[in-house]
Amino acid sequence: MTNTPSKEDVAGVDVGERRISIPGFTEEGENLSKETNAADEHSHGGVGESEEVTSGAGSRAKRHTGYDPAGFPEPSGTEEEWRFTPLKKLAGVLSDQPTHGAGTDQESVDYQVSEGQQGVEISTLTDGQSPRGSVLQPADRAAVLGYKNTEQALYVKITEGAEVTEPVRITITGTAAGARANSHIVLETEPNAKAVFVIDHRGSADFNGNLEVKVGEGSTVNVVSLQRWNDDAVHVGQHDAEVGKDASYKHVAVSLGGEVVRLNTNFRYAAEGAEAEMYGLYFADAGQHIEHRTFVDHNSPRNTSNVLYKGALQGSSARTVWIGDVLIRKAAEGTDSYEKNQNLVLTDGARADSVPNLEIETGVIEGAGHASSTGRFDDEHLFYLMSRGIPEKIARQLVVRGFLNEVVQKIQVPSIEESISEELERELEISGN
Amino acid sequence: MSTLEIKDLHVSIETEQGTKEILKGVTVTISSGEIHAVMGPNGSGKSTLASTIAGHPRYEVTSGSITLDGQDVLEMDPDERAQAGMFLAMQYPVEVPGVTMTNFLRTAKTAIDGEAPKLRTWTKEVREAMEKLKIDADFASRNVNEGFSGGEKKRVEILQLELFKPKFAVLDETDSGLDIDALRVVSEGVNRAQSENNMGTLLITHYTRILNYIKPDYVHVFVDGRVAEQGGPQLADELEENGYDRFLAAV
Repeated sequence: MTNTPSKEDVAGVDVGERRISIPGFTEEGENLSKETNAADEHSHGGVGESEEVTSGAGSRAKRHTGYDPAGFPEPSGTEEEWRFTPLKKLAGVLSDQPTHGAGTDQESVDYQVSEGQQGVEISTLTDGQSPRGSVLQPADRAAVLGYKNTEQALYVKITEGAEVTEPVRITITGTAAGARANSHIVLETEPNAKAVFVIDHRGSADFNGNLEVKVGEGSTVNVVSLQRWNDDAVHVGQHDAEVGKDASYKHVAVSLGGEVVRLNTNFRYAAEGAEAEMYGLYFADAGQHIEHRTFVDHNSPRNTSNVLYKGALQGSSARTVWIGDVLIRKAAEGTDSYEKNQNLVLTDGARADSVPNLEIETGVIEGAGHASSTGRFDDEHLFYLMSRGIPEKIARQLVVRGFLNEVVQKIQVPSIEESISEELERELEISGN
Repeated sequence: MSTLEIKDLHVSIETEQGTKEILKGVTVTISSGEIHAVMGPNGSGKSTLASTIAGHPRYEVTSGSITLDGQDVLEMDPDERAQAGMFLAMQYPVEVPGVTMTNFLRTAKTAIDGEAPKLRTWTKEVREAMEKLKIDADFASRNVNEGFSGGEKKRVEILQLELFKPKFAVLDETDSGLDIDALRVVSEGVNRAQSENNMGTLLITHYTRILNYIKPDYVHVFVDGRVAEQGGPQLADELEENGYDRFLAAV
């Protein structure tokens, strides 16, 4: 990887800014425990990213959330949470509209849910029916409109103590490009349950989809969200989780297809003793905009969080954005938190933005660290591998597969891991290398 | 018995100031089992020669030839050159993100041999070669050259030399940045590859220090893109004594 710091341009790679935001703390506050985070993991001031310490004005604690669309005016593009996003392409999902053809056979999306497993209860929830709305708090205009325009939310509950062996698969297929679809899914586990949910997004649509996950006490939940849309699909969504006492939660986002994908994935805690992780893997080709925003809200003491997002980019105008917010509130003593984003730029003309924001309101924590790097696979890497007999195509595959495999392995559903690996191979074919 | 023949090689690079000729007619012939030392001051074109032999795209051959047992090397892509039995130990080995040493070594060995090495014997072979070069076992699971020190990178180049068993190796300032212990370990590796594989070697260096460990059969003095003088090992001794002044004055 290229390691020369400079502003906005590293060896021809455009990279975005990175900032840390720690009100009341110096920059050293970003990594308070040497034991938990090795110094070399800590690419402070790393690859080609400018840096500024922001004040509390942009604090996640003060970000508006709510259920009334009037509270979220149409974005102009200058707002902090929209400034990286191609708003023109999102006009369809940011308008206050019902699902196209709702309730008819012309409906813009088709839902398939795998049924028949013990301990899995499938039903729907209208607005106001608990637990709908108890976890997800719309944090931007897209989310609030998706919430409002979904009459019946799909509700999957895992009953107390159930250990569901096969993944619960929810396949969402868009049927027409530009056709508006609103979606709201509620997943809940009762105490001490264990389940894997796979949400597979395919086809074409203007898809506005929210997901809320209520992770019961002592439960183990793995949510895998696959964005394997056609090239003309647009997807905005907010995935929120509340992680119960001593529970374990993992969210894996895999974004490969779609013209624009913008996912906000967030979690907070209901109590203490929980472990929560968010992983992401994305591959942007020419013309694609893939944006992930993660927010870890350490709102209660003695919980652990880990975030790792990795992306590859190839082709002119391929664009990725990762914004990683971590807020450690005053009450969250004993927190242990880490977040990292790494991007690999394979060709000229692609741009990766990477912005970790770490806010720490208490000094009594186990650890809080972040790292961000954007490197490129360049002619020197290629020459090195080729000079060892490795043909160009295999050399590229070797590098990208190796780089992204760390996240693929986090899926831990063998059939999905396999199909993602195959799709990554196909992505590499697209580049014509 | 193989022969690597470099004839009247002219090489240019593109710079911001236009095309610049770096090699101005280099002729060297190396046969299996021979060690040729190429010595010369900075900027004399030694590394350009090394990179050109390996096929780095930055260097344009404007005339002359490189052949390996009569085969036109200049027609080959870098991977084909390696598959034909050539190896370049780089002066600045590149860090490759995302690829572990284990995966890299196996992939390269497979490409060079045209078939995958038998896993059990290969694993053992890699482990033993690493031990001999005093490379920690945990390097196998690290990404290629990532975070390695200068000396570690050089050892890993020689590790590849021993494992890939090329017919001809070009060692581009392998001795630079090595402390005395590392220099000895690395030199022993080169000597092993030399004697076990009857390898032909082009050893590029600034200093005569490495020649205490790796004994050259021939010494070529490189000045301003040409071989200014050739001789036996005693030429290195003379350089050690008098430096390059005698040659530079003539430029």
